[in-house]
Amino acid sequence: MSEIAVLVEHRLGEIRDITFEMLAKANQLAEKSGYRTTAIMIGKGVEDLAGKLKGYCDRLLLVEDESMKFFVSDAYQKVLEDIVRERRPRLLLIGHTSYGLELAPSLAASLNIPLITGCTDITLDEGVEVVRPVYGGKLLARVEVNYPGTVILTLSQGVVKPFNPGKETEIIRKSVDVGEPGSKVFLEYVMPEESEVDISSADVIVAVGRGIQDKSNIPQAEELAKALGGVLACSRPIVDKGWLPQDRQVGSSGKTVKPKLYLALGISGAFQHIQGMKDSQLIIAVNKDPNAPIFNVAHYGVVEDLFRIVPVLIEKVREARGGG
Amino acid sequence: MDIVVCVKHVPQVSEAEVRVTSDGRDIDRSGLVFDINEWDDYALEEALRIREERGGTVTVITVGGEESDETLRKCLAKGADNAVRITDPRINLWNPMVVARVLAAAISKLQYDLILAGAQSSDDGYGAVGPALAGFLGIPHATIVKKVELRDGSVLVQRELEGGLEERLKIKLPALLSIQTGINEPRYVSIMGVRRAMRRPIKTMSLDELGLSPSEIEDESSWIMVKELYAPPVERRAEIIEGNPEEIASKIVEILKSRGIL
Ligand SMILES: Cc1cc2nc3c(=O)[nH]c(=O)nc-3n(C[C@H](O)[C@H](O)[C@H](O)COP(=O)(O)OP(=O)(O)OC[C@H]3O[C@@H](n4cnc5c(N)ncnc54)[C@H](O)[C@@H]3O)c2cc1C
Ligand SMILES: Nc1ncnc2c1ncn2[C@@H]1O[C@H](COP(=O)(O)O)[C@@H](O)[C@H]1O
Repeated sequence: MSEIAVLVEHRLGEIRDITFEMLAKANQLAEKSGYRTTAIMIGKGVEDLAGKLKGYCDRLLLVEDESMKFFVSDAYQKVLEDIVRERRPRLLLIGHTSYGLELAPSLAASLNIPLITGCTDITLDEGVEVVRPVYGGKLLARVEVNYPGTVILTLSQGVVKPFNPGKETEIIRKSVDVGEPGSKVFLEYVMPEESEVDISSADVIVAVGRGIQDKSNIPQAEELAKALGGVLACSRPIVDKGWLPQDRQVGSSGKTVKPKLYLALGISGAFQHIQGMKDSQLIIAVNKDPNAPIFNVAHYGVVEDLFRIVPVLIEKVREARGGG
Repeated sequence: MDIVVCVKHVPQVSEAEVRVTSDGRDIDRSGLVFDINEWDDYALEEALRIREERGGTVTVITVGGEESDETLRKCLAKGADNAVRITDPRINLWNPMVVARVLAAAISKLQYDLILAGAQSSDDGYGAVGPALAGFLGIPHATIVKKVELRDGSVLVQRELEGGLEERLKIKLPALLSIQTGINEPRYVSIMGVRRAMRRPIKTMSLDELGLSPSEIEDESSWIMVKELYAPPVERRAEIIEGNPEEIASKIVEILKSRGIL
């Protein structure tokens, strides 16, 4: 038990950012506690890609097999079960991502070990302690894991700054016996549809959330976006309801935006939404709930009913523009 | 097709004030409105639609206290056939592996072709109980599912990755799917449905009846302890713009001018 293991997440020939974030966290923890860091990369034809991890970990376990050409959790799970049993890492870090959530819980079940998902901070001393958002981000929970063996944690995206500690990375190839093809088969990727409006390149975004209350209120927000010379975007429930098309959704399962202005109207600020807009240059949020988590990422906040603000704001913006 | 849907009774916090109890480890439930977890409502709807098309039964199941009956009744009112609740004070609801193990023990006693769960609970936000349950039952699963097409003995699913990208998988039945919002449009409860549901039984089960060892569950429960719940630190709180709507709008315009946006 002298290592912290990180599962490398990669897709379509790219190592995903979360991998470098997890490795950064693993190296930070390892330095303090004298552990070594081990990255585990599973796939097929990924040797070149693995080279990009040089310096980021003490060891890199490379597991390649035709059956692992695409991410399918049960094949990955078999490999990881073996690795965890054999190496007994203190922590196994997996991304709090779509792949991570497909894999980590059933892996923890089959190994019968603890799992905590969506961690935004991790400490490792004698014990393991994590911080994670609960109740839609309104509160944080400090959670202690009382277990002497391997603990699986999924790390939230975008909460750790990656760095390359310049380690001497030893690459170890590991062969696997995957056995029967699984009861789950990857068929194909489905690419997002061509966007009509590209919100990710807009300088000014007005985004509406469930607080907009009704489809009939959308034009009002659109008018504000136009007055500001920007585009209208939204949180997920607005797309789920069919009030705006999918290409307007901001967040982990939508688009990532970095405009000069992000004006959030009636959006609570769940972490999946924040992941898509937190790097905006200026964030102004209007929400009638003073404790809405969006105020933790916004630069300016307005605690008000959005319907009392929007009409006046449209007028003032028009005045300002008209006036030169 | 017999379908089991895992549902959770959760507080609606998006517009409410969430206060922490004096020991700092729980929230003050008084004054909060509870309802079915949003994702589970979509899962139930998907189950009801499949049953309407192919016949079979829909059983809803929850691990929780008596207050969860409200959510189970709502599911019955929407058209679920059976409702099961498992209660025991030794079950730590903050440990997703324990909840999944208890659900697995209960569901293994039922007849099922398909199990549906929500992609996540709005309170703990783990996104873990569904796939962990599949792990304990030893059946295949897919998470964050946006589209379900049943075939003979298998199911084709479309699941969300990131950034609008999705993937299609084929999975053998019986399987567990965790359902994402937007997959359908959940129905409302009818008055008739509510009346009917009032008289329907809710089956409760104890750990003993499930053949689970209470001391093991207690042990596993203690793996995970919430030490403290607290509001996010204030350093990063936004500067609040005060005033009446006129004043607020003027200040916003000033800020935008000073940043060269207007
Ligand atoms: C796998 C996964 C991926 C996800 N991906 C995304 C994603 O990409 N993008 C995304 O946005 N979400 C995503 N979500 C959903 C996310 O968890 C939240 O459910 C969602 O962001 C909530 O949207 P909201 O803030 O609009 O709604 P709510 O959380 O319901 O918040 C509504 C807000 O409006 C305020 N309000 C209400 N009325 C008014 C008024 N009159 N004036 C002012 N304020 C008002 C309320 O106080 C509240 O804060 C994802 C979830 C999962 C599980
Ligand atoms: N106590 C519970 N009882 C029944 N189902 C649950 C319970 N907790 C979680 N689930 C199911 O698991 C899903 C994911 O929950 P979570 O892992 O807590 O985010 C939920 O949407 C439910 O379908």
